[in-house]
Amino acid sequence: MTGDPGSDGLEDLLRELGPQVLGVLVRRGSDFAAAEDAVQEALLEAVRRWPDARPDDPKAWLVTVAGRKLVDEIRSAAARRRREERLQHEPEPGPTEQADDTLLLLSRCCHPALTPASAIALTLRAVGGLTTAQVAEAFLVPEATMAQRISRAKRTVSGERFDQPGDVTAVLRVLYLVFNEGFTGSVDLAQEAIRLARQLSAATDDPEVEGLLALMLLHHARRRARRTPEGAVVPLADQDRSLWDTAMIAEGVDILQAALARDRLGEYQVQAAIAALHDDAATAGETDWVQVVEWYDELVRLAPGQPVLLNRAVAVGAADGPLAGLRALEQVEQGVPRRDAAAAWLHEQAGDLGEAARLYALAATRAGNVAERDHLTRQAARLRNR
Amino acid sequence: MAKYLLLKHYRRTTGPANLPGTDVPMDQWTPEEIDAHVQFMRDWAAEMAERGEYVDGQALEPRGTFVRYDGEGRAPVTDGPFPETKELIAGWMVIDVDSDERAYEAAASLSAAPGQGGRPIHEWIEVRPFYGEPPVVTE
Repeated sequence: MTGDPGSDGLEDLLRELGPQVLGVLVRRGSDFAAAEDAVQEALLEAVRRWPDARPDDPKAWLVTVAGRKLVDEIRSAAARRRREERLQHEPEPGPTEQADDTLLLLSRCCHPALTPASAIALTLRAVGGLTTAQVAEAFLVPEATMAQRISRAKRTVSGERFDQPGDVTAVLRVLYLVFNEGFTGSVDLAQEAIRLARQLSAATDDPEVEGLLALMLLHHARRRARRTPEGAVVPLADQDRSLWDTAMIAEGVDILQAALARDRLGEYQVQAAIAALHDDAATAGETDWVQVVEWYDELVRLAPGQPVLLNRAVAVGAADGPLAGLRALEQVEQGVPRRDAAAAWLHEQAGDLGEAARLYALAATRAGNVAERDHLTRQAARLRNR
Repeated sequence: MAKYLLLKHYRRTTGPANLPGTDVPMDQWTPEEIDAHVQFMRDWAAEMAERGEYVDGQALEPRGTFVRYDGEGRAPVTDGPFPETKELIAGWMVIDVDSDERAYEAAASLSAAPGQGGRPIHEWIEVRPFYGEPPVVTE
């Protein structure tokens, strides 16, 4: 889609329909890359024609036109002329099955053969319906670069078959990465990830999908409190809880409870449970840290890893005191991101302010973004100037 | 994805020494050797762009000037004296790649640009990661 399709929601409608049409073509066995190109052409056609005469069934119209564009690829110029004549007439509506298509498309776009960056870009373009320019803007790279990244990704998955469309693990990982990309361009990627997770949730029967959706909602609900208007980091304990979105928290908790009731626990449900315990506390001091630690123990069992052990150590510090937290931290390898920051916090709680200041300063030199670096530098300065 | 700045230097005063015989100044190369070098850089950028990993790049003039505020109402102080020769940046590229390893691989391939006699110049490329956006989930 390029240009300005004008008013009355045409752009939104096309963004909504594009991925559905692609899903239909892919499910019918079309080559992924060729189908994606054909859908883009059909959308352009719609931008040109619909302001004058919008079809009764826009999706079926697009499926038919994109299908013809696909056929065109392998036909002669003579056939092309005939097609243009045919296009004067309204295409017939065809059957569609949106739920299956969503999962199929997402599986294809999040294929393990793709690097995370390529999977994210392809997902946003092919399933999210974003333009290449919007995806490029979100990742602060030139549009030409993003166009290349997307077309390489399309070629990579073009020959890949998907025998197990029910395996959503890779899809969930990519959606969570999209969620965590935050917000740099005109499109809010966190909201986009939530939107895609809702679609996936309607298309699948796996409580982990609801677990991830709940997790994202429970984090997203805290968004307004997470940074100052100037962009500085506000730690969870210092956040103004009146800024939290209580309706979104309630929705997240409902979705989580329904997922947990199905008794097929997974890592996203556990992470959502931890987020729910944080969201549930009226003040940081009222957080049920003992239960938080129990959920972290569950998470260590389900999805062991250094970041999980690190977060667990912080929770242990809050539940059983800083010395217990520091003992738990000994299980975490040196060099794990944010280990120094966690150690600094625990030392500060234990009253060892000199060591805490040293570790905050060290953590600042290892921060991966400016907001976090500034926050940690301020923490070190606060302790040194007491 | 993470962005990295690749820095090419006219002159470094810090960092590891060059391989012997590889840092022959460009004005001592033949015109064809210079053309080959320049073409290599263009091809490198085109290849990175084709992979969806190229963000931007520019060549810089050699005259880098240090400027300092020297108190209200006074003219800014520019340049030296420097105890050592100052560093001079020749140009920069910004790439957007999946990992440190991929950034180093790309920088190494840039360092293989041909010089005198068509041999790689084994130039040191400085690789500096950008700070990224803070993740949504930090707690």
